[in-house]
Amino acid sequence: MNAKQRKIIYRIMPYAILTFIGICFLLPLLWVLVSSLDTNAMQSLKMPHKVTANNYIDVVSSRPNQRAFGIGLLMSLGQALLVVVIGLLAAYPLSRYQLKYKKSFMLTILFMTSLPITAVMVPVYQLFLSLKLYDNIFGVILFYVASAMPYGIWMLKNFMDSVPNDMEEAAWVDGASVFAGIRKVVAPLMIPGICTVAIFTFSGSWGNFFVPYILLNTPEKFPASLKLYQFFGQYGMVDYGKLAAFSVLYAIPSVMLYILSQRFMSKGFGMQGGTKG
Amino acid sequence: MSSVTANVLYQRRRRTNFTWFYFLFPSIAIMLVFFIYPILLTFLYSFTNLALTGEAAKELKFIGFDNYVHMWEDPTVRISIWNTLVFLMGSAVIGQQVLGFIIALLMKHKNRTFRRVIGTVVLAGWVTPEIVCALCLYSFFGDEGTLNMILEFFGISAVTWLYTVPMLTIILANIWHGTAFSMLVFQAALDDVPNEIEEAAVVDGASRWQILYRIVLPYIKQTITTNAMLVTLQTLGVFGLIYAMTGGGPGTSTTTLPIFMYNQAFVNYQLGYGTAISLLLLIMGVVLSLFYIRSVKE
Repeated sequence: MNAKQRKIIYRIMPYAILTFIGICFLLPLLWVLVSSLDTNAMQSLKMPHKVTANNYIDVVSSRPNQRAFGIGLLMSLGQALLVVVIGLLAAYPLSRYQLKYKKSFMLTILFMTSLPITAVMVPVYQLFLSLKLYDNIFGVILFYVASAMPYGIWMLKNFMDSVPNDMEEAAWVDGASVFAGIRKVVAPLMIPGICTVAIFTFSGSWGNFFVPYILLNTPEKFPASLKLYQFFGQYGMVDYGKLAAFSVLYAIPSVMLYILSQRFMSKGFGMQGGTKG
Repeated sequence: MSSVTANVLYQRRRRTNFTWFYFLFPSIAIMLVFFIYPILLTFLYSFTNLALTGEAAKELKFIGFDNYVHMWEDPTVRISIWNTLVFLMGSAVIGQQVLGFIIALLMKHKNRTFRRVIGTVVLAGWVTPEIVCALCLYSFFGDEGTLNMILEFFGISAVTWLYTVPMLTIILANIWHGTAFSMLVFQAALDDVPNEIEEAAVVDGASRWQILYRIVLPYIKQTITTNAMLVTLQTLGVFGLIYAMTGGGPGTSTTTLPIFMYNQAFVNYQLGYGTAISLLLLIMGVVLSLFYIRSVKE
């Protein structure tokens, strides 16, 4: 092999490897997309005889499905809203006051962002039984809020640090209260940060399966993730088309929000605190 | 109003006693009740005979280290610890990290459209919720799935992936789901490696491999450590992906600690024992988190 050939191989190899990796990543995804348009979908990828939206129509027109999506939205929106509001409140003194134990508090928060939630679910279940919150949608929301709180505080505090102090002071001079200052000056300047936190917490709980699986019991209260799992177990082997259509519909909010979040995360990808929702 | 007044006002507000407490109260309260208290309960319950049914359900008794003795003697515990380690090493430490790094490295200085297409495809697996991932990969590896269809096209006989090599399938599924995170992290890290150093090495006659080993890898060492910890922590808690794909089976071949914990607590109704297992998981998480904090602090 002479130098020229080697050079060509070095040029082409990366493209070949990346293309191969890309295809491996694409195939499973392609299956779900193609099958969702095919009423005779099978386990393997195949061209549909006729491309129809029937699967989607069936999934969307089913009342239990609508309900599951509604509950999922309620849970995730409720969680995102509460995390942002409570997180902003917590971030304020952490960003603006000189507190004695601020540093250790923030490190504890960072530590909590990385703990696996899975490990506490058995005691949480027991706790929910004794608090009479078991099988309660709002109970699940509260737990979601608590589990995303460390992440929310960490991110919002860091975003708040970058809002200059003097603008807030100017508002005070004009007679604004501390809360009005936060609401009218600090929060609007943190919109990208708030959106990032809201999006990540929303996606985290929207995609979560384990938490509602443990804390809910009545099928009528199941969010979309559980409904999909149920669907998978009951009719998975029979109706791949509908299953795929449900999956695509269920994945859409996560995908859309990710794309949206890219607009807010202007630069790079931070390592810190971005572990979970 | 003069700036002096503003300043006074500002100072007074800042120093108001205990206002910080009102701000922090809601978040601390909710974390205490639903996060920290359950962690403490984990320690407590793991020493009890807590159960959902049977005699033990009527009265809660402290049974000392019985659960731990039971764990020590239970062969399934050893199997699930082993499975967890294999899953962590295979899918997180090696799989996602190495693949993510390779993708990031190969993508550098490539055609922009090409990068965008490959990047989007990899990211799609990450953005997709885990149950959908499980479904996609379940059908991909299924007996009549896409992978076997491709193999048959090349004249290779079909393999029952989910039965023959179940651990491999869930590892690959988790790689599919998680690689994008490492890819993004390494892309950012590689962009930070100064071009001048690499160029100087080229002038000095260093080969591609030498540049990679001697310059690039040492330069991003910190990122590799931090990322390894983060990815491992994320993988430690994986439940839905495995549960939906194999349910921990066949037998116990894909029973990782979260699956085993779930089975003991909610299938066998042995909450005390399940909690003892989750404590194991928690301790692994705590140790890894402490390392993670240390590596971030540096």
